[in-house]
Amino acid sequence: MDWTLVANVVAAGLLTGLVYGLMALGLSVIFGVVRVVNFAHGEMMTVAMYAAVALFAAWKWDPFLAMLPVALAFFFLGYLLQAGLINPFITRPEHSQFMLLVAVAIIMVNALLMSFGPDARNVQVDYQLESFEAGPLLLDKARAYAAGAALAAAAALFAFFRYTLTGKAIRACADNWLGAKVIGLDVKRLYALTFGLGSACVAVAGCAMVLLVDVSPPLGPYYTLLAFVIVIVGGLGSMGGALLGGVLIGVSEALAGLFITPSAKSMFSFGLLILVLLLRPQGLLGRRA
Amino acid sequence: MTQRITRRTFNRAAAAAGALAAFAPFGIVRAQAQKLRVGVLLPRSGIQGFIGQSCQKGADLAPEVIREMLGVEIELMNADTESNVDVARTRAERLIQEGAHVLVGPFDSGAAAAIAQVAEQRGIPFIINIAAAPQITEQGYKFVFRNFQTAIDIVRNGLDLIGELFQVTNTVPRTAVFMHVNDTFGQAMAKGIGATLPQRTHLPFRIVETISYDPAAKDLTVEVSKAKGTNADFLLLVCRLNDAIILRREMVKQRWQPMGIISPGSPGMYEEQYFKTLGKLSEYSISNVPWYNPNAKLTKIVEKAFLKRNPNDKLVYHGLNVGFTFEAILVAADAFKRAKSTDPKTLADAIRQTNITEKMTLGGPIKFNAKGQVEGIGSACVQNLDMLPKVVLPRAAAEAKPVFPVPGYRKA
Repeated sequence: MDWTLVANVVAAGLLTGLVYGLMALGLSVIFGVVRVVNFAHGEMMTVAMYAAVALFAAWKWDPFLAMLPVALAFFFLGYLLQAGLINPFITRPEHSQFMLLVAVAIIMVNALLMSFGPDARNVQVDYQLESFEAGPLLLDKARAYAAGAALAAAAALFAFFRYTLTGKAIRACADNWLGAKVIGLDVKRLYALTFGLGSACVAVAGCAMVLLVDVSPPLGPYYTLLAFVIVIVGGLGSMGGALLGGVLIGVSEALAGLFITPSAKSMFSFGLLILVLLLRPQGLLGRRA
Repeated sequence: MTQRITRRTFNRAAAAAGALAAFAPFGIVRAQAQKLRVGVLLPRSGIQGFIGQSCQKGADLAPEVIREMLGVEIELMNADTESNVDVARTRAERLIQEGAHVLVGPFDSGAAAAIAQVAEQRGIPFIINIAAAPQITEQGYKFVFRNFQTAIDIVRNGLDLIGELFQVTNTVPRTAVFMHVNDTFGQAMAKGIGATLPQRTHLPFRIVETISYDPAAKDLTVEVSKAKGTNADFLLLVCRLNDAIILRREMVKQRWQPMGIISPGSPGMYEEQYFKTLGKLSEYSISNVPWYNPNAKLTKIVEKAFLKRNPNDKLVYHGLNVGFTFEAILVAADAFKRAKSTDPKTLADAIRQTNITEKMTLGGPIKFNAKGQVEGIGSACVQNLDMLPKVVLPRAAAEAKPVFPVPGYRKA
């Protein structure tokens, strides 16, 4: 097989994988700190995609421009969701939390169906059909920009957690919940802040993703499942693991499509998941419990 | 004062009840005979939503047109299959429970196979508007009828038209890459091509690679890369609408310019949404499909009703979907008129005797064979030219000359 073909497919898989990674990063951050599995994660991304579509339709805002207001809105939405709805469930059994978030997910899908109808929508920007040419490599411009935005958002999140006091406080909560309370940290506020940050990540990923795929309400559960696969492969709670998992899933799907059969490519994501669960149950970059 | 029930009172009441019971069926028949309730099952949402909505336009205009034509009253009972086989099955069950006398639809082979089982079990006639998987009319069903080509017929006609296209344009492509959706319809078409192509020895090309893909695929980057990598002369494509749009965009992104895209018989590339979404990129795509006859008397009548309901639309974008959906309801109405009954078995027997010569679509009269299949439905080679699907072959019906290879073509 021609190596340029393989290189092109790997490059496309890598770029898409970075956007997947950012989406999963939000899930991983929320779980790593709040210890709540967000079953409405994919649905939240779908809402962000629709927000980008609506802003484009109303004012011709490029999805990359829409990222800022949508991320900000999602930060507050996530903050309020955690502070108002999820915090009371933190001490309740896990199945109560699951059902709560599944209910939120179902409400989101139906609200989208009522607002936008069942048909797929997209945005048409000028550069959507253009590609960068680097020797034999052809890189889809929208995909390359989306991957760049994903990398920038991930880097900003890493920097926030590493260098800011609030970020360090959130990490302290994640490491030792009781210790954080003892030294006087407002844990519930920090949880809400974390959920807000995770939601903002999803919003950026959604605005980037809308350039790659058409959006329809039933897309949510697919992305929730994909985010779970990615964070489990990368390591639940590990930020680097989420990005790595995204890239691995993106590239493995692309290669499986090329070498085996495209219609069975998602089967390989799950194959990879099973392999990781068997050989390294904590995920590639996850810490052993 | 209490009133006792005497023997005489009881006998009178029993006689009255008996008389009511005895005459009740006549009452029902009389009531039923006034109006035919047609359950229309279409994928009005989901991945086939746009095509389902296009078919629905054909159903919506049918009651008015048929009342004028046959003097028959029709009540439509619409149901959305949501492009989902399981939903199609449950909606069919519900329509029957709610009193549908006949089912029509559903623009999808998978859904048609599921509805056919329900219709057969419940003994309700089911007239397929569009669905090509051959096995649907090969099961020995007594209540299932199809006024549409089977995948084998579509492929046979489609390949013959490809041969004619190459002859007319004086081109000799040597290789093709075959891409198809991996659903019931796509697999039936792939099977048909596998069986028919070796027999068509006059065709100059061979298939160098077959690539199947998920009809709900959101990204076809890998598939198009793989197809481009074959360096084939042209793309032989069995698609739906959404995937056709994604695929065409991806071809542009990857700068893949084969001699052309030719469908041997599938929806997608002649649909209005394909033109609306892709603009100029929709140009030159070729579909060899069962088509409608723009000059037929019935087409003129349907077009008038279509434009009355959809003043900003053009029939040419919906001709196939509207034509076959309208004809399916026409078959039901015609049978109802002859049978003068909504009894399912009587209706099914009447449908079997159908002989409609005044039709909208290309080909011979609507007559069902013993399997419930109409034979002799014609195909046309339709190319997107000047932002419209135009018949370019057969020559007798051509509105324009075919363009092949497409402009901008260069050997990759």
